[in-house]
Amino acid sequence: MSGASALVRSLEALGVDVVFGIPGGAILPAYDPLFDSEKVRHILVRHEQGAGHAATGYAQATGRVGVCIATSGPGATNLVTPIADAYMDSVGIVAITGQVPSGAIGSDAFQEADIQGITLPITKHNYLVKSGAELPRVLAEAFHLAATGRPGPVLVDIPKDVLQAQTAFSWPPTLDLPGYHPTLHPHGKQIREAAKLIVSARRPVFYVGGGVLKAGASVGLRKLAELTGVPVLTTLMARGAFPDSHPQHLGMPGMHGTVAAVYALQRADLIVALGARFDDRVTGKLDSFAPNAAIVHADIDPAEIGKNRAADVPIVGDARFVIEELVTAVAGEHAAGHRADLTEWWRTLNELLDRYPLGWEEPPDGTLAPQYVIKRIGEIAGPSALYVAGVGQHQMWASQFVSYENPCTWLNSGGLGTMGYAVPAAMGAKVGQPDKTVWAIDGDGCFQMTNQELATCALENIPIKVAVINNGNLGMVRQWQTLFYNERYSNTDLGTHKHRVPDFVKLAEALGCIGLRCENAGDVDKTIEAAMAIDDAPVVVDFVVGKDAMVWPMVAAGTSNDEIMFARGMRPAFEEDEL
Amino acid sequence: MSRHTLSVLVENKPGVLARVAQLFSRRGFNIDSLAVGETEHPEVSRITIVVNADQSPLEQVTKQLNKLVNVLKIVELEAGTSVQRELLLVKVRADRAARSQVLETVSLFRARVVDVAPDTLTIEATGTADKLDALLRDLEPYGIKEMVQSGMVAIGRGSRSITGPVLRTAAAA
Repeated sequence: MSGASALVRSLEALGVDVVFGIPGGAILPAYDPLFDSEKVRHILVRHEQGAGHAATGYAQATGRVGVCIATSGPGATNLVTPIADAYMDSVGIVAITGQVPSGAIGSDAFQEADIQGITLPITKHNYLVKSGAELPRVLAEAFHLAATGRPGPVLVDIPKDVLQAQTAFSWPPTLDLPGYHPTLHPHGKQIREAAKLIVSARRPVFYVGGGVLKAGASVGLRKLAELTGVPVLTTLMARGAFPDSHPQHLGMPGMHGTVAAVYALQRADLIVALGARFDDRVTGKLDSFAPNAAIVHADIDPAEIGKNRAADVPIVGDARFVIEELVTAVAGEHAAGHRADLTEWWRTLNELLDRYPLGWEEPPDGTLAPQYVIKRIGEIAGPSALYVAGVGQHQMWASQFVSYENPCTWLNSGGLGTMGYAVPAAMGAKVGQPDKTVWAIDGDGCFQMTNQELATCALENIPIKVAVINNGNLGMVRQWQTLFYNERYSNTDLGTHKHRVPDFVKLAEALGCIGLRCENAGDVDKTIEAAMAIDDAPVVVDFVVGKDAMVWPMVAAGTSNDEIMFARGMRPAFEEDEL
Repeated sequence: MSRHTLSVLVENKPGVLARVAQLFSRRGFNIDSLAVGETEHPEVSRITIVVNADQSPLEQVTKQLNKLVNVLKIVELEAGTSVQRELLLVKVRADRAARSQVLETVSLFRARVVDVAPDTLTIEATGTADKLDALLRDLEPYGIKEMVQSGMVAIGRGSRSITGPVLRTAAAA
């Protein structure tokens, strides 16, 4: 068979049910056998970036490897942003790109780009395939690498002549990865050390990151939390890993975290980091972060441990096994009568939760509060829906004001902060979870970057719902200009209010979707309900909201978590002066 | 900051050197010296890297290197327990008047002459970086017309081999 057929057969054998892509010259041979495949559905997107984020959304919503396909040159370079995005958020995707024929590589041929070189620093691994005989093995390795250990994007670049040439096909291939051995099971001694610290700490906290979701460890986490009584924080990447309604949940830490969560980290005597990486958005100024805390750091990637903050007890392993073994070890300590009293710690934290809940003030100019819109979407669509955000204010509000009760119901671009992520990622999520309601909560800036995928959604019957939180501005940038640039609003007004360009309702209709608009609080519920009632077409709701709403609390970039502001000019009062 | 010598065993595949070099520059490290060649097993290459780094960033870059799928093993070789050598080729001015003095320096450093021209000698020398620096200092006054130096290669002293266990793992996988 041809290399192209070997590619498609390999994808089928790997259980791939959907790929997102756009054909072009170099990848064209692959599209011929793909046309006949009864197992692999190809979804024709409008921009390769959309294919990449759709693969990511699919992977995050299902836990399976997402696949995107593009041609050489510009097709491949358009995948760079979603690949970098998946790399930063450790999402297992495989990107397949066509390449100019082997003999033309290096000659600056038409539509040639060294995509292997370009993606070296943003892939877990990548391949330039030399012959059709390699294809099954390379693809099997790519999927294995993408899905196991710390997941990540893998790129497979295939020259056109390799796709065209005849080759033998045999399955399964033998993987040849002598240098790849992720550590799944933690070291028993480290677990015992950690358990001892957990049962003796007076102010412990579980700092939970996206690794817990990737490991499918939510159930275990709940068991560990309830066994120990330790407060839990979920990072932006881990929202949903622990139910928001759980009394032990303090919310999200970091730049826009809750006062209680940020305080808990700063005052902790023990931080148990589970699949989290001490990102600068969580730690604030690193040298004043959690000054008195001992650190237990569990991660599947040894390079994360000690990268930003030294660990007292490093644990390398898969979060599921780490948590399971911690449960056993802690139970053992309890049986031996070792257990610290957390009453005082909880008294302080509960006071902070009561005194500084997440909230907002109604805009004095009578405009619609974006936070209210997002909160109502969450309440009406409920905890079984999936929520996919872009990047900016709306993303933070979607993290703060939607109550997440289930794992993998919150998708966003955390590490790279990719504006334009929401629509294509929601598309991918809906393809992976067709029976779930999928809401993209997007900003008017983000939405204008990737909304063309709504045409894909309309034609491919992928009925997502998009809430455009339209404040007419690049809202988060504007917020920084308000706070740090003397209210000089340089290039943040998008004109979506002033000129109503574009008109999002008309745009939605032009893209084959249903367009709705809501401009006041009284209409919010019925507009959301109208959107919820439509399940045979994508819906876009233009929520016209005020431009002055800000995301609070906030730890300004580069400052200490101790400087957290609850609202503009308002620092929380803590009982202890030293904070 | 101090000098560290890393022996990195990698799969002998195209592009692996680029992955390693790129990782160093991306993580903000300057490579002082780099040498790469085959090992006793043709499917394994050995990259010897000399870097100036503090212990904690060195640990970080080592961990990041270990994450490269094509990297099989990394060993830091201490100067005291390993043999470390560089190769130097230097073309030095040596007319009739200076030639005998230059040759004296050559023999003092146990270097050798590999090419002779009417007004120059080309000298080959191997040794530690310190020894080669000293040789160059002695040759400087005669006039160095051109020189080229290899990266450092290093191997542990004693009978133990760092490649054995890796290759067994490679075979098992």
